[in-house]
Amino acid sequence: MYQWDFGILWSYRWLFLNGLGVTVGFTIVIVVCGLLFGLLGAFGSLSRFKALRLTALAFIEAFRCTPILVQLIWFYYALPILAGVEMTPITASALALSLYGGSFYSEIIRGGIVSIDRGQSEAGAALGMTPVQTMRRIVLPQAIKRMIPALMNQSIIQFKNTSLVSVLAVPDLVYQSQVAAHDSYRPLEIYTAVAVAYAAILIPLTILVRRGEKRLAVGE
Amino acid sequence: MSETPKIEIRSLRKSFGSNEVLKNINLDVAKGGVVALIGPSGSGKSTLLRCINLLVVPDGGSVRVGDTRFAFGGGAKLPDVKTLAKFRATTGMVFQHFNLFPHMTALQNVMEGPVTVRRMPKANAETLARAQLAKVGLAEKADQYPATLSGGQKQRVAIARALAMEPDVMLFDEATSALDPELVGEVLNVIQQLASEGMTMVIVTHEIAFAREVADRLIFMRDGVVVEEGPARQVIDSPKESATRAFLGHFHRTGALPPANATT
Repeated sequence: MYQWDFGILWSYRWLFLNGLGVTVGFTIVIVVCGLLFGLLGAFGSLSRFKALRLTALAFIEAFRCTPILVQLIWFYYALPILAGVEMTPITASALALSLYGGSFYSEIIRGGIVSIDRGQSEAGAALGMTPVQTMRRIVLPQAIKRMIPALMNQSIIQFKNTSLVSVLAVPDLVYQSQVAAHDSYRPLEIYTAVAVAYAAILIPLTILVRRGEKRLAVGE
Repeated sequence: MSETPKIEIRSLRKSFGSNEVLKNINLDVAKGGVVALIGPSGSGKSTLLRCINLLVVPDGGSVRVGDTRFAFGGGAKLPDVKTLAKFRATTGMVFQHFNLFPHMTALQNVMEGPVTVRRMPKANAETLARAQLAKVGLAEKADQYPATLSGGQKQRVAIARALAMEPDVMLFDEATSALDPELVGEVLNVIQQLASEGMTMVIVTHEIAFAREVADRLIFMRDGVVVEEGPARQVIDSPKESATRAFLGHFHRTGALPPANATT
């Protein structure tokens, strides 16, 4: 019978806190940048211009259809050799994760926009609104409500995907727990604590978003 | 009529793919005139209506509303989005499925055009919007969301929304087709009131009795061409073309609407 000893965790508390800070900070960066790439991808794929549509499509499929672990390694090891672009592990992983997330966000945002009945933009146009005004005042406010659950879902995945940056030796929570596990020979306690830490951050967040969704649903 | 017509459409053509929906259509609507467009589904009447405010861009011919004229086909440059938006702001349109903005209250729906398009200060827009809602008999519904309104109320809000742009011309695209029979009357009353105030209107409708009552001219379309046109009463009461007679034969010729339980 295994003798659990969670007491040993206390001596690694600063290591964990450090790692947690990196993980949370990283998530904020890749969610914000990912949403920006997502907006670009979505509007690109809905553009009137074929060149823009094709570029957006190429970006989306390139990042959506390849594994994130391969992308991370590719950005860090291949780009310096092929393009002479040197990046720190942090920049390389932030970029790879943002683009990876952005490809999924693109499809969520595009799907939300096209799900709004054509009659809505026709009504806007009939009032004399330009396509940009119709998008901003009529379509997006309705589409965003529909996108929120899927965007939240993808952001949760993004948060957990940050654990992969440990392969590039970025000192996130998972990387630091590897260090602690090797040091203490107590991987069971340490990885259990890590799992609890991820869940402890995500569960309250999901509750918050669910509440927000209800409040947004007013009038429908 | 010697006066220049408010709406003038010449040799209008439109195809969707290989399907020619409008074949050389000419149409004049006098200032303050009410024209009803009738015809079977797929006759092109809705497309024609949508060409008047360029929600559908024609392939050929010309469209003039007031002082603004657009020509299409033969290498003519398509109008840019700003020009189109400015033009559409002067024509009001009411849709079969209302197309109210569900994330806004009735009042906000009606204020949206004046605020966003006409850049009117919010306070002025609200006064205007409340006046328009009162006009369609819905002053007390101002703060309700569309989802809580009946079909007839939704359509009246949609009419108020179009009127808030103070348009020169109103276009109705089967405005009562999606309504329960008992709600049709309240919407028709509002349209009738607009007609009596001298609003220039083009009405696509299946309410033949109403068209006879309100329209001064009637146009019967089939397969993308105007089959017959003339004074509304004359065309409905004594159609010249056999196609018009066959179509009108589906409806009760005169009098009020058929009873709700009648089968057609």
